[in-house]
Amino acid sequence: MTRRDQPRTNMTDLSPRSPAPSSAARRVAFPPNWQTRIACLALALYVVYACSILDISRERLMAGFAHAARFVSRMFPPNFAPDKLELLYTGMVESLQIAVIATAVGVLLSLPLGLIAARNLSPLPLAWAARALIVLFRTFHPVIIAILFVKAVGFGALAGVLALIVASLGFLSKLVAEAVEEMSMQQVEAVRATGAPFLSLVIMGVLPQVVARFIGFSAYQLDSNLRNSALVGLVGGGGIGATLFTAFQRFDYDFVLTIVLAIIVLVMAGEVVSGWMRRLFQ
Amino acid sequence: MITAAPPAAAHLRRWQRFTLAQRVTRSVFYLLALVTIVWSLRSIEIVPEFLYDAPQQTVDLFARMWPIDWAWYPKVVHDALIETLHTATLGTILAVIMASLVAVMVARNITRSVVLNSIGRFILVATRSVHAMIWALFFVAVFGPGALAGTMAIAMHSIGFTGKFLAEAIEEAKPGPIEALVAAGAPPLAVLLKGYWPQVKPAFLSISVFRWDINVRESAVLGLVGGGGLGMALDTALSNLYWDQVGLVLFVIFVVVMVAEIVTALIRSRII
Repeated sequence: MTRRDQPRTNMTDLSPRSPAPSSAARRVAFPPNWQTRIACLALALYVVYACSILDISRERLMAGFAHAARFVSRMFPPNFAPDKLELLYTGMVESLQIAVIATAVGVLLSLPLGLIAARNLSPLPLAWAARALIVLFRTFHPVIIAILFVKAVGFGALAGVLALIVASLGFLSKLVAEAVEEMSMQQVEAVRATGAPFLSLVIMGVLPQVVARFIGFSAYQLDSNLRNSALVGLVGGGGIGATLFTAFQRFDYDFVLTIVLAIIVLVMAGEVVSGWMRRLFQ
Repeated sequence: MITAAPPAAAHLRRWQRFTLAQRVTRSVFYLLALVTIVWSLRSIEIVPEFLYDAPQQTVDLFARMWPIDWAWYPKVVHDALIETLHTATLGTILAVIMASLVAVMVARNITRSVVLNSIGRFILVATRSVHAMIWALFFVAVFGPGALAGTMAIAMHSIGFTGKFLAEAIEEAKPGPIEALVAAGAPPLAVLLKGYWPQVKPAFLSISVFRWDINVRESAVLGLVGGGGLGMALDTALSNLYWDQVGLVLFVIFVVVMVAEIVTALIRSRII
């Protein structure tokens, strides 16, 4: 609304035909934007209200900041003692393995699930069932899925792998289904007209159209799994998260900093690798 | 001599979709990927003894969740749900405010200093790389368990994502209106508010709403490490082994995440 109003006001001000404005009646170049002001006021009121609900007060913040200074000073310098580095190495390697396996299995399984969920290829009831499954997978945070798997298969890396497979399936299958639904049906029908069986139809008619985008999604999912592999350990899913949680509970804050730095490096490396993968297959 | 067209030349002109370099790098990539996967599968530590009763455990898990303990909702879960929603919203507001400052610092068309750009970029990458749950561990140690720690964790983790997209939106702003304002002698704040803001406003609102959606999801699990909200209720139910209450919390999380997604989609379709 404002964007439409403003130029008109400006033009009348500047146009030579308009009578020279007297100083009293001079128009303001930018009239006050009441919509934005009210929105800002409402937002400020909400912040005050939410703070009272969440029990956030100035004293608590001040006490926290004083505490934070002590906390941060205990984190420095990061602990690089050999025994700690060994723990760090074991944890990081396990996290990496969790992410790699989860991505590989997730990619393999997401293709069939995505195809089943595509409404232009599979019978509708089946497609809707697959869609419901995907929504269920996608809604729950990997950490919650990890908790359930820890109960089902016990503590350790396997629970983390299974949780991340489910998370990957939720993300990748949805995108595969969308890509398949957007593709051109002409090629598929051409292959079908030759009397090809369903598997050939998928390999020759469907895959060539979606594979490039699919590799892009997989690269993104690898990146995402690397991030989340550090998390599943917090609830017993193995990997560096378990090491981090133990370090926090033992008030080993200098080792905590080492682990967090290592996680940042891992995540950044994951971003670089996934960016490289996407460029490679464009 | 027309018939003597050398078969070798025809062979050379065979059509190939990818260049040799592309094919080599792709083969190297496939090989590397295969080696990494095989190495991971062979050396990951999995205790096979745990697997024997996995099917029974899974059946047991869902059998214990049913019937869901609905009576627990008004007692604990309702308050936890409200807390989670406020944590997500307040965290997003805080994050957007901080991210706007960093985004202005990162945008090369506003801040013409490579040093400041790089510092801003580092802040964005560092805050984004540390997950909200790890931030929550940190803030629980600082502020004590509760929604305050969760809110701060959500805010810190969201800076990176929000700031990155905001900076991109600012850099895409058309220079025309900005040059006009500068030529008219507008002070820097006016240039920001009247030159850049109208141009980035749709992107700004869309990014904020999108991030809120993600944050609702994340704030539901922060309680597992002490960040308040639904995660806290889930943690209580889990440590008491009241699986019917776990089922209730999972159901509530499912509903709230779905509702947040629908609301977000509605708002975004209005803005864009």
